[in-house]
Amino acid sequence: MWRFFHKLASPPYFYSLSGKFIPWLGALAALALLAGLYLGLVVAPPDYQQGQSYRIMFVHVPAAWMSLALYTFMAAVSAIHLIWNIKLADVMVRSSAALGASFTFIALATGSLWGKPMWGTWWVWDARLTSELILLFLYLGYIALVSSIEDRRVAARAGGLLLLVGVVNIPIIHYSVEWWNTLHQGPTVTRFDKPAIHLSMLTPLLVMMVAFKLFAATVILINARAEVLERERRSAWVKELEL
Amino acid sequence: MTLEQFFDMGGYARYVWPSYGLALLVLGWNLFAALQKISQVKAQTRRHPARGSQR
Repeated sequence: MWRFFHKLASPPYFYSLSGKFIPWLGALAALALLAGLYLGLVVAPPDYQQGQSYRIMFVHVPAAWMSLALYTFMAAVSAIHLIWNIKLADVMVRSSAALGASFTFIALATGSLWGKPMWGTWWVWDARLTSELILLFLYLGYIALVSSIEDRRVAARAGGLLLLVGVVNIPIIHYSVEWWNTLHQGPTVTRFDKPAIHLSMLTPLLVMMVAFKLFAATVILINARAEVLERERRSAWVKELEL
Repeated sequence: MTLEQFFDMGGYARYVWPSYGLALLVLGWNLFAALQKISQVKAQTRRHPARGSQR
């Protein structure tokens, strides 16, 4: 097990392995996306309260989940980098930042587009929306910080610390709809009892979730591959590649 | 359901379609930028192959 991780963290091995996985991940992401769009836009019935407008959920909720998941991933991998100083860990964190910020932006913007017809307002300064906005600033802060520091090792350490401090925001976002009064509806899927959502709506939601995950894996691996190649440009294994 | 009804989204077309369009646009841009980055790095590496290995 440890030997596998050790091998995986070696740049040439990662470069060739990710090259094999990326086309498959990308194809699966496209398939899942098409299936999710079809199920969500065509098959799922209209909501009895919100009519057709609730279909925004099928992009809004997976994007919001991904914004939290990618941040948590980045913080955890940063911790690995800070403790064991594995270079590939820093590569993975850097490669995820822009996509994480994008998912956060999508969650905020589609939430706004959903809020206008349902709540009568584009935005409220309540706990859920404000903490998600802070998440966007954390992503942007990380990107600005690491791109302003020339030395990659110093940048990785500073960025990693920022990410780890910011982790406090993640449970705040998750529990904000329970801790404070808000216009935002409570959790309907991640509850200990049965989800408060019908299967015909839950299925497209989960398919879109899988599609976003596969898409994220594809984009992050492509970014990481480019980053590895750039960093290792002068090493022997790169010279032997057929580019 | 007719095609017209589908695009009308029960009167919520101006909220539903921009949501999907924006998401696709932003995610598509991420994929495009990643693909462009790797082909750039590959081209640079081809043009300036390492002189003398360090390992």
